[in-house]
This record gives sequence, C-alpha cells and structure tokens, in this order.
Amino acid sequence: MDLTYTAEEEDFRARLREWLAVSLPKLPAKPGPLDWPGRRAYDTTWQRMLYDAGYGEVHWDAPPTQRLIFLEETELAGAPYVGANFVGLLHAGPTIAAEGTAEQRARWLPPVLRGDEVWCQGFSEPDAGSDLASLRTRAVRDGDSYVVTGSKIWTSHAEVADWCELLVRTDTEAPKHRGITWLAMPMDAPGITVRPLRTLAGSAEFAEMFLDEVRVPVADRVGRENDGWRVTMVTLSFERGTAFVGEVVACRRTLGELAAAARANGTWDDPVLRRRLGRLNAEFRALWRLTQWNVSESQMTGGVPGIGGSVFKLRYSHARQELYDTAAEVLGPDAFDLDREWTADRLSSLSYTIAAGTSQIQRNIVAERILGLPKGR
Amino acid sequence: MDFQLTDDQRALQRGVWELLAGRFGRDALRAAVDHGGKVDRKLWRELGEAGFFSLRLPEEGGVGLGLPEAVLVFEEAGRALLNGPLVATHLAACGGLPGAADGTRVFTCATQLRGLVPHFADSDAVVDIHGTSMRVRYPKDLPSARSVRSMDPLTPLHRIPGGTPKAPPRPDAVLLTAAEQLGSAARTTETAVQYAKDRRQFGQPIGGFQAVKHLCAQMLVRTEVARAAVYAAAVTEDFAEIAGAKLLADEAAVRGARDCLQVYGGMGFTWEADVHLHLKRAWLRAQMWLTAAEAEEIQAEALASAL
Ligand SMILES: Cc1cc2nc3c(=O)[nH]c(=O)nc-3n(C[C@H](O)[C@H](O)[C@H](O)COP(=O)(O)OP(=O)(O)OC[C@H]3O[C@@H](n4cnc5c(N)ncnc54)[C@H](O)[C@@H]3O)c2cc1C
Repeated sequence: MDLTYTAEEEDFRARLREWLAVSLPKLPAKPGPLDWPGRRAYDTTWQRMLYDAGYGEVHWDAPPTQRLIFLEETELAGAPYVGANFVGLLHAGPTIAAEGTAEQRARWLPPVLRGDEVWCQGFSEPDAGSDLASLRTRAVRDGDSYVVTGSKIWTSHAEVADWCELLVRTDTEAPKHRGITWLAMPMDAPGITVRPLRTLAGSAEFAEMFLDEVRVPVADRVGRENDGWRVTMVTLSFERGTAFVGEVVACRRTLGELAAAARANGTWDDPVLRRRLGRLNAEFRALWRLTQWNVSESQMTGGVPGIGGSVFKLRYSHARQELYDTAAEVLGPDAFDLDREWTADRLSSLSYTIAAGTSQIQRNIVAERILGLPKGR
Repeated sequence: MDFQLTDDQRALQRGVWELLAGRFGRDALRAAVDHGGKVDRKLWRELGEAGFFSLRLPEEGGVGLGLPEAVLVFEEAGRALLNGPLVATHLAACGGLPGAADGTRVFTCATQLRGLVPHFADSDAVVDIHGTSMRVRYPKDLPSARSVRSMDPLTPLHRIPGGTPKAPPRPDAVLLTAAEQLGSAARTTETAVQYAKDRRQFGQPIGGFQAVKHLCAQMLVRTEVARAAVYAAAVTEDFAEIAGAKLLADEAAVRGARDCLQVYGGMGFTWEADVHLHLKRAWLRAQMWLTAAEAEEIQAEALASAL
C-alpha cells in the first residue's frame, strides 16, 4: 500500500499544473447555466485546448493513475469538467474504441478528442428506464439502412449533440435482452425531433427525442445486430465506473468553502452543524481514498473499470446530496436565492441518485454481481 | 501510486487469518463466551510468538513492520472476534514494557474508556497511556476496582471509582481499534450474505428479496468505504485522517452488525448466533479511544485549519 506518486507521475502533475496556469486564463468566460449552445462552445473549446496540448486522450489511453492526477489537478485549478463532451469522451468513445471496427474508430474518435463532435446517449425510453432492456424503439432493415421509429427520453445535451449512441430493437421475437442493437445516429438526420424538457432546476439540460423513420446506415452499427445488450454493458461500465471520479475533488473544495462561510456567519458555533461538516469531511476524504483504491486496482487489472464503480456511485451520490443539504443549513434563508452559490448545485445534486442507474438499481447490482445473491424480481 | 496490498502484506493477512481460524475458530469463540471472555494465556503467547504484539518493534527483538501491517493484523483479529486487551498489549510492547512483546504478560489500559477498564481481572498490569508516556499500575494498586456486569460477554469490565479519565487519543490506538471494527464489519457482511443465500422463505432464498439484498449491499458499501479510509490512514499516519477512519469504521461495524441481525430474523436475536457478539463489541469499541462526536470535531477542526 503506497499513496506516494512516482517521480514520473509527479513530473506529469508538475507539467500539467504549469500548463493549466498558462492556459486557463485564455479560456473565454463561462456562459450562463441556461445557455446550452454557449455551453457547448465553451466545453468543446476546452476539449480542443486539451487536445492541442496532448491531453486529449487522457480519459482513454492514459494509465489510470495519470488520469487520476489529471482529474485532481484540473479540478483544483478550477478548470471546466467534461460537460457537453461527457458522453463522447466518457462512454460512447470508449465503447467504440473497444467494440468498433477500424473504420469506425477512425471516423468517430478523433472528432471527439478534438472537441469537434458532441455525442448524446439515447438509451432511456418513456417505458424503459431502469428496465432498459424492455426498450421498444424499432429499427427495421431496409437495404443498407436501418429505419428507426420510436422515442427516447431524458437525453442529456440532445439539442447540441452531433451524434447519438442509440439503442434500438432489431428483433421483436427474441427475449428482450437479445433483440437489441447499438447504433450511432447522426443528430441531423431527417425524422428526428428534439423537444427540450425543463428540469426541476429550471433549465433544459435533457430532452425528449421523437424518431420517425430515421435512416441510419447499417455501417454505423457498433457490434453485431442483436448483440447490443452486451455492447451496452461495456458502455455502462464506463459510465458508472469512472465518470464521477473528478467530482470528489470538487466536493472537498466545496466543503472547505462551506466551512469558511460557516465561520463567517456564525453557524460554525452550532455543534450539530459543525459536527455534520466534520463528518462530511471524513466522508469525502474516504471517498477520495476509495477512488485511489479503485484506480490502483484497475491499474493492476487493466481495461474496463470494475464493478467497484457501483459501490462508489452509491455512497458518493448520497454524500453529495448531504453536502448541499448542509450547505443550505449554513446559508439559512439565503438557500432560497437561486443566485447564491450552492443553490443550483443543490438542485442538480438531486439527480445523482437517479441518473446512470438509480440507487436501488445499483444496490441490486452490488448484491447480485459482487455478493452473488440470487437474481430476483 | 499503488494503493493495493503488496504480496508480503497479503501473505501476512493470510497467515494471521489461518492462525486465528485454527486457534480461535467457532468452538474456541463460544468457549471464550462461556468463560466470561477470560484471556486464553496459551493463545496469548502464541500470538506473541507470531509477532502480533511486537510487529512494530525494530527488527532486533521485533518484526520491524509498520502501521499498515499492524492494521491488517488487527483487522483479522476483529474479523475473528478475538478477545482480550489486544491493542493495549500491543501498545505496551511498543513502549518496551517487559513481557508484552512475547505475549507472556497481558496488559490492559485504563485510559481508553471513561471510568471502565476491560479485562482488568485478567491482566498482569494496567497501563495509563497519555500520548507516548505510559504509567504502569498493578491490579493490587487499585483495590477499589469493582466488577461490572458487562454487556459484552467477551469483554469483562471493571469500574474504577473516581475513574481514570480518558486520555487524549493516541493515533495508533485509535487506528488499530478502527481496524478491528473493519474486520468485524467485513465478517458480519459475509455472514449476512451467506445466510441470505442459504435461508429460504416463500420458496426461495431470502437473498432474492430486494429488501434483504439492499441491506447486504449497503453493508458492503459501508465496509469498503471504511476499508479505504482505514488503510489510507495507516499509510499517511495523519491524525485527522485516522479520526475519520475510526468514525467510518465504527459506523460500518455497528450498522453492519445490526443489519446482519435483521437479516438473521429471529435467529439473530438468539444467544446462539454470533451476531450479538459482534454488535456488543462494536458498540464498545465505538466508545474506545475516540467517540463519533470527538472524531467529528477533529474533522471539523481539520476543515477549519485548512482555511
Ligand atoms: C439528469 C438526468 C440525466 C439523464 N441523462 C440521460 C441520458 O443522457 N440518456 C439516457 O438514456 N438516459 C438519461 N437519464 C435517464 C436515467 O438513466 C433514468 O432516469 C434512470 O435509469 C431511471 O429510470 P426512470 O427514470 O425511468 O425511473 P424508473 O425506472 O421508472 O424508476 C422509478 C423508481 O422505481 C425504482 N425502481 C425501478 N425498478 C426497480 C427495481 N427493479 N427495483 C427497485 N426499485 C426499482 C427506481 O429506483 C425509482 O426509484 C437521465 C436521468 C437524469 C435524472
């Protein structure tokens, strides 16, 4: 057990830190939370800067420890997180890298890394949420194309995306897990209607998608026909396994700011609140150590992140909500002022126990796949 | 950075597990319960020979290992529910008190639990530990000590009237106690999961019911988070980190035992099942050296001083 970084790793950190100090001031001003096109431009500009500096692939090919350092340093420096590039960089991209053909990799991966193309995820449907495999959006083969009809929901960044990792049903007769196919759908294809959905935070960060005879070339299928569920498992392991890591650092920073605010406004003198902050400090510290543990483990085993991601996600999503609830205690009535720091974050943290698989579903996964308990209804 | 166990550490962990499985299996555990938690002197010496107490002493006379190794060893002790003043004797060995390192004498500590001394009647000496300083007293120096009916059948307790105040927590003592809690949490998790696979109701294993499944999943999550915290604290030796590790390990052990009891149903409420032994000890350890309230204050202090 060793928590010190090697000279090479420290060297990587030092160079990155230097680059961040020079590069971050060059980034244009951050757009407002409701300006989605502006946010796309901002996020992709940042990705382009990373690419030009040689950090474009850090989420994919870098050794896990290097990636950890990258996330830690960018977060500490206040750099943007992946944002609109989330799906492309963190799960569609890695899935294509693992499952795609050489042509597909050459076509789709470089634009993601350069920040030229943004992806979204069209998995969920109105009647297929946790029970994702019951999805009904149909794709019927017609010559060189699939003709896709159906609807998707909760598609984050759909309005600003160029591509969609889309799950469709290609065999209605087969058992539900066996008739699914993974397609890459261009978002400008005729027949796609995107209707933004307003979230409880007031913004429109996800959308409904209606697909009316959308033609997707057969060549844009990743994996074999009807083998999409297996490909999906690869996607989800990336999504759950590594996607939240950097945010722990952000939470630790927020907690420090919260302590400062509590000292400034006197709430620190309330022992109940103070101890709650103390407990959260222990919590996020431990979650950071768990992250290091998981990263070390994946460094050893290599490849696709392990199921430990579910353990992490379960605890982290609740801790994050507790963090912002505590922030509201520190703020008092100011917690109702949407322009105050932490108020919007408190609202967005409510999605953490739902998105990317609810806590109930994660507990099923932990119980069945790690602990080996029987599958149930 | 390689935050995984080294091969040597794995071997050590396995060795201790095998020793305890052989010498302190279920029968020995229940015998210890029947004997009111009395220390088995023969086993104590064997632990001494195996380096349990001398682990962190320099290689002349000791094993020459560090806190991470000690943590792995105490985790196994907690898993096996081994009884006796293990941490106190280990600290006495670190302090060079004769007879501690080789397990020929048993040392308890009067400053880990306010007013109460575990294994008092069983011990050769009572150590008051304040930081690195140690004062040794003998049971005969404390004639007013009165036996208490201990809730934990494996930890006999004496009250010293007028009390010995609890000392400011010594970091390694806090961490080794946390390591025992971690081992207990891991054990109750495994036990609950096994029972959930075996026990059938409504024509299926109860582990197929989601209410049961989710209890088990949460037990694992608490254990693994505590493990990361305890191991990291052993590596950094940072006191605030140690306090946080104790906080999370206490929670994992206490709630793990409670959830295990729930999974066991009526069987869980019996004397026969070992679950209550884990819970009672976990409650006791949670009060030892550092309470949750104290740990939270230390963490809050760490937050404030980082500003
Ligand atoms: C902010 C946000 C962004 C999202 N972005 C995307 C995206 O980009 N692309 C995409 O495809 N999807 C996205 N989603 C959808 C997300 O994956 C689903 O919301 C999630 O999987 C839950 O599905 P559901 O909403 O249909 O809830 P349901 O499945 O209807 O669940 C409702 C409740 O029932 C519980 N439940 C359901 N089944 C079980 C069970 N077997 N055992 C126990 N409890 C159960 C759930 O835990 C939940 O509490 C996003 C969601 C959010 C909140």
